[in-house]
Amino acid sequence: MPEWLTQAEFVIERDPERCIQCKVCVRQCANEVHRFDAELGEVFSDSDKCVGCHRCVSLCPTNALSVRQVELDFRSNANWTPQAIRNIYKQAEQGGVLLTGMGNPEPLPVYWDRMLLNASQVTNPSIDPLREPMELLTYLGAKPTRLKYEGGDEPRLETELGPQLELQVPVMFSTMSYGSISYNASLALARAASEVGTYANTGEGGLHAGIRPFAKNMIVQVASGRFGVDADYLNAAAAVEIKIGQGAKPGIGGHLPGEKVTAEISATRMIPLGTDAISPAPHHDIYSIEDLRQLIYAIKETTRYRKPVGVKIAAVHHIAAIASGAVRAGADFVAIDGYRGGTGAAPTMIRNNVGIPIEFALAAVDARLREEGIRQDASLVVAGSFRCAADVVKAIALGADACYIGTGALVAMGCHLCQKCYTGRCNWGIATQDPYLTRRLNPNIAVRRLVNLLESWRHEIKEIMGGMGINAVESLRGNRDHLRGIGLTDRELNALGIQMAGE
Amino acid sequence: MRIDAEGLHYRELNEQINRAVEEGETQFVLDHVLGHRYIGAGIGAGVSFDINGIPGNDLAAFMNGAEITVNCNAQDGVANTMNAGKIVVHGDAGDILGHSMRGGMILVRGLVGYRCGIHCKAYGERMPIMVVGTTAGDYLGEYMAGGMIVVLNRDDEQGSPVGRYCGTGMHGGSIFIRGAVEDHQLGAEVAVEPVNDVAWKTLQAVIAQYCGAFDLDPGRFAAEDFVRLYPWSSRPYGKLYAY
Ligand code: SF4
Ligand code: SF4
Repeated sequence: MPEWLTQAEFVIERDPERCIQCKVCVRQCANEVHRFDAELGEVFSDSDKCVGCHRCVSLCPTNALSVRQVELDFRSNANWTPQAIRNIYKQAEQGGVLLTGMGNPEPLPVYWDRMLLNASQVTNPSIDPLREPMELLTYLGAKPTRLKYEGGDEPRLETELGPQLELQVPVMFSTMSYGSISYNASLALARAASEVGTYANTGEGGLHAGIRPFAKNMIVQVASGRFGVDADYLNAAAAVEIKIGQGAKPGIGGHLPGEKVTAEISATRMIPLGTDAISPAPHHDIYSIEDLRQLIYAIKETTRYRKPVGVKIAAVHHIAAIASGAVRAGADFVAIDGYRGGTGAAPTMIRNNVGIPIEFALAAVDARLREEGIRQDASLVVAGSFRCAADVVKAIALGADACYIGTGALVAMGCHLCQKCYTGRCNWGIATQDPYLTRRLNPNIAVRRLVNLLESWRHEIKEIMGGMGINAVESLRGNRDHLRGIGLTDRELNALGIQMAGE
Repeated sequence: MRIDAEGLHYRELNEQINRAVEEGETQFVLDHVLGHRYIGAGIGAGVSFDINGIPGNDLAAFMNGAEITVNCNAQDGVANTMNAGKIVVHGDAGDILGHSMRGGMILVRGLVGYRCGIHCKAYGERMPIMVVGTTAGDYLGEYMAGGMIVVLNRDDEQGSPVGRYCGTGMHGGSIFIRGAVEDHQLGAEVAVEPVNDVAWKTLQAVIAQYCGAFDLDPGRFAAEDFVRLYPWSSRPYGKLYAY
């Protein structure tokens, strides 16, 4: 961007008293902000290129650095925000579609924060999870409407159950492809999922040979580009997910630029080196619910009906009717991704403006499937920015079977939400393929951190449930009686199917 | 093994086939096939099918090396995301033939429908080849990322043997067309050239296989009757974004 138009977004402050000219910042910043001048024997910084990822700040051994957002980078104007002005300068200069990474950061309402949970007082005793059993085991897959048993004294289940995914905690790692994130990050997610007893998701990145040993804790995706998809891939996994849409960019395809298609990625996706990996916007064999059914059953036939087959859709208008169609098409689980869902790269306009909040989508879908008497035919997995255990509990009370976390998992591995994933220069070694940067993420440490995160959420979920007097996640599911709204209009309360606080 | 498909649901038919394959059966003759879907889905090398009747949608989906002969027409979605194998159709085939196909070969005696060869790709040794005897509908080879599509126009159709939006979004592979194709039929990403000696060698070998399968004379096909469509760039959208 020409310097006469705009100034830096961030200002770097180096405390000369503390700086020992060790050059750590020079080595750590892939954006080449810090530079060592050999003649002067001093480190200088060029704030212009800083993306605010705080890598240098975190690694400076003497805490000499701080990075601050420039407060008055443009004359203040509530309508023409600095971001709006910057975007125009950028497009006027380069003439392209604005790209960004991570989920929608706009100050739109987060409805989880407007729902509060219940707790037992007097009439219904609460339960202490430390001393009493508390069941979080969750099964994803179609459930029968009734069970038939055979035999008298030792009854045997006669009803044939469809394939199920068994989750020790109702949280899974969301779709993140090898390609959008580094091999170390993908491996850490797969290993952590298998350690905890949950699942990670390959996205459209294929199943890397190094990750195959963890395939029984992997959900593999079939997206419109069909990258890396063959019969072995489908049969290796625990479940298959057909990707129709993604919360960060509903309605548009994906595009891994050729420069990111390295030898390893080309082998995993089974595409030529260096060409663009283009995922068309729709699946060109799916133009209707009937077509969706056809692909679901093509996968079921190929996996001999041994794996649950799910469908992932973005939360958009009429989501209830769409989800109902997916269930009727034979999906064993439906994953709904809300408009705050993260991504490695998305056009800014789409990410910030398309889709609806997951809270409303979930409430509408759960209610609709119940009304139609088909709620048991598929499990509901929700995604789109679950930040903490309370968000998960609220989602389950609203009707979800499990949640997907993507951004949360990356943050656990060190992501600082700089939103620059699309540049491929992630200083935290996550959203990059540059070997110099990917080495920064030690998979052993990342696994431990991911496991810690899920373990702590597991405990928090139990604690919240215990407080409500509920000892099994089954009894929490769709139990909207345990939710109350604050600061919501009647329409909003109705749409969420919950009462107002105080009622 | 001979299976009479009459009265069987596709699931029963495919179950019988899969069980037999697991037990080591390698040759199948399927009679009275009538719209049974997913025949050959995911089946690997060494197994062959002779199908009498009209197989249903998604024949050979995700197929991994098996060989199929259809002694009649085939429906939509033949060879969906096929990895390897060979399919010979002694008739016409419907829409979305070879969608996202990564390897193997499809030979169709007659015509094919819309959206064929979409996102057909190649990888390493695998190089999908699709030969259409007469004509193909719109969107042929859309988003094509690799492999080879040949339209032979055996009936010497007046006008063009392909429809509109041919090769839109193409970023790899080539499409050989015998006969006329106008600029307005092609996607913006496509370039056209005459068939040179090198390309003709490859094409000739494929035509020979095709003619062998249907007992036709390869002598009637000449390089100068074909054009080759190829993508301008393997990065058609490289300059789309502002960073
Ligand atoms: S981009 Fe990150 S590492 Fe580089 S100067 Fe800014 S905060 Fe530091
Ligand atoms: S993954 Fe890396 S590039 Fe993306 S937001 Fe996090 S720190 Fe930034």
